[in-house]
Amino acid sequence: MNIVVCVKQVPDPEQPASNLRVDANGRRVTGDPNVRPVINGYDENAVEAALRLKEAQGGKISILSVGAESARDVIKHALSMGADEGYIVEDPALSEADPWMIASALGAAIGKIGDTDLVLCGRQASDDDNGQVGPTLAEVLGLPCVTVLRAIQAQNGSLRVEQLIPDGFRAFQVPLPALLSISNEYGKPRYPTTRGIMLAARKQITSWSAADLGLGPEASKPRLQHVRYFIPARESRVEFITGETLEEAGEKLALRLREEKLI
Amino acid sequence: MAQQGGVLILGEVAEGQLAPATLEVLGIGRKLADQLPGPLGIAILGRGVGALANDAIAYGADVVHVVDHAAVADFTSDAYVGTTERIAKDVKPSILLLAHTANGREVGPRLAVRLQTGQASDCIEFSLENGRLTATRPCFGGAIRQTVTWPEGAAPQFATVRPKTFDQAQRNPGRQGEVISVSATEAGATRFLEQKQEPTEGVKLEDAEIIVSGGRGLGNADNFKQVEELAKVLGAAVGASRAIVDEGWVPYAYQVGLTGKTVSPNLYIAIGISGASQHMAGCAGSRVIVAINRDESADVFKYARFGVVGEYQKILPAFQRKVQELLGG
Ligand SMILES: Cc1cc2nc3c(=O)[nH]c(=O)nc-3n(C[C@H](O)[C@H](O)[C@H](O)COP(=O)(O)OP(=O)(O)OC[C@H]3O[C@@H](n4cnc5c(N)ncnc54)[C@H](O)[C@@H]3O)c2cc1C
Ligand SMILES: Nc1ncnc2c1ncn2[C@@H]1O[C@H](COP(=O)(O)O)[C@@H](O)[C@H]1O
Repeated sequence: MNIVVCVKQVPDPEQPASNLRVDANGRRVTGDPNVRPVINGYDENAVEAALRLKEAQGGKISILSVGAESARDVIKHALSMGADEGYIVEDPALSEADPWMIASALGAAIGKIGDTDLVLCGRQASDDDNGQVGPTLAEVLGLPCVTVLRAIQAQNGSLRVEQLIPDGFRAFQVPLPALLSISNEYGKPRYPTTRGIMLAARKQITSWSAADLGLGPEASKPRLQHVRYFIPARESRVEFITGETLEEAGEKLALRLREEKLI
Repeated sequence: MAQQGGVLILGEVAEGQLAPATLEVLGIGRKLADQLPGPLGIAILGRGVGALANDAIAYGADVVHVVDHAAVADFTSDAYVGTTERIAKDVKPSILLLAHTANGREVGPRLAVRLQTGQASDCIEFSLENGRLTATRPCFGGAIRQTVTWPEGAAPQFATVRPKTFDQAQRNPGRQGEVISVSATEAGATRFLEQKQEPTEGVKLEDAEIIVSGGRGLGNADNFKQVEELAKVLGAAVGASRAIVDEGWVPYAYQVGLTGKTVSPNLYIAIGISGASQHMAGCAGSRVIVAINRDESADVFKYARFGVVGEYQKILPAFQRKVQELLGG
């Protein structure tokens, strides 16, 4: 089974929210420059899913990212986990792209990689939180798609997948080729081994520009316009309940909540 | 084919009724439609959903497109996208809305491609000026807001709506509307197999007046019992942070947050939870948040109305005893 996993580089979501800054005209959000950007967490789960499918079925795993030069780091990370090939689409024209433009570029790149049975994405990117590129790409490629998965099983030529829903899951049977998006409930991604890191270091990443992909005018026109980013105003108005001892503070909390008719 | 322009909603049915999230979309949809020349339409897909048409009208719809067909009896985005694409191309709404639920997340982006428009995800605010829609949505795990709009003349202006953000539409049984029966597009390549939902014990998170939630600060899985005990005393539902769902202390169904449940109880008690934006994204709409955390600089106190700083092991038992006493139990 030949699998393409789409991975995005994002600011580390574990850094405190207070690190995040919006520039003066609301166009960009940046994290602490000393905290290294990472592979989007769900995309790492998707790489793990690809590796397990390959272990069961054989085949080849290609890692694909649209991003800046630094996105090579997250491609290398996926390669060091055990993926086979890396592809990057680097183009300033895509630096502020909307989900449609990203999906169009990914679609064209997947066409160029060729011979793909399965495309995997993360459920959403932890920076834009859109959750759109996966299903948009499915349409661009004309593939069936099921999103936010917690399990995938290959069974003679098709897949049985489980989608997360509140309080449970729904199962679907999907023929190949298909596009799936993965949630963290799928399972923890493996750590790269030393050997994996060495192998990845030697691999060449194929780089394409928008022109290499032959993206037409329709694919280069955003369908959603960014107006601005801003940090929501939040006024802290916490009342700390204290006491001689913590036990007393606990009791006073109960009394205070009673006073407010909250319990 | 009657509706032209206006607002079109793709409805969802849950347990034989219009889903609560859809009633919320009807609420905001009605407000937007009132500022536009066209009507408020809603498409309802499923088996035996015809009976819900009058309900949808009572909740503010002017036109109901009923798709009562075997192909859409169970959800698959293949069949839903194909069917709703036809309806949307027919009625040409200026605004298209659906709830940001498991269905909406999958249908929305696919439908947007078919309609050659852009879709804004998980919106929490809308404003309409001269027919031009602007939407605001949380991103960066809830720490940042993004405002977006659609290119001049784009139609439909398409958005998914975050559940538990807008008030449900008012029900008015006397309202009149039009019901149109539409056939479904045949099911696509994906086949629905089964659905399993574990019934929650006790109070459901979504409906709870009070929620007690635990996080990694509890120390281990066993200590989560204390959260459950307190919840029992308060008649509350039990929630959790993703950290302890990932640890396997509690099932995913307990998770509150960006990628878990969105809740808005009267009272939300967070114990040993740091207050990461991704967690707070799911509970910041609570009327009152109470936090118990040993770190006074924890972000959770930025959202809390009341806080106690210290080891929960000391605070919680005393708090619970007092609550029991006050409730006469
Ligand atoms: C894309 C994405 C989506 C996410 N979605 C969600 C989501 O839906 N829901 C969610 O919850 N998280 C989500 N997260 C994770 C989130 O970023 C945090 O990692 C998580 O919420 C932290 O859980 P926690 O507060 O339990 O743990 P921690 O952050 O480790 O906090 C533990 C807290 O307990 C306190 N503590 C420790 N010991 C004690 C004690 N004895 N008494 C009192 N207090 C004590 C500590 O001071 C600390 O504040 C998401 C992350 C990403 C990147
Ligand atoms: N620039 C990108 N390069 C590669 N894959 C991406 C990119 N942006 C998004 N994706 C994929 O699409 C998923 C959803 O992203 P989003 O719609 O931005 O939330 C991510 O988890 C990735 O798998």
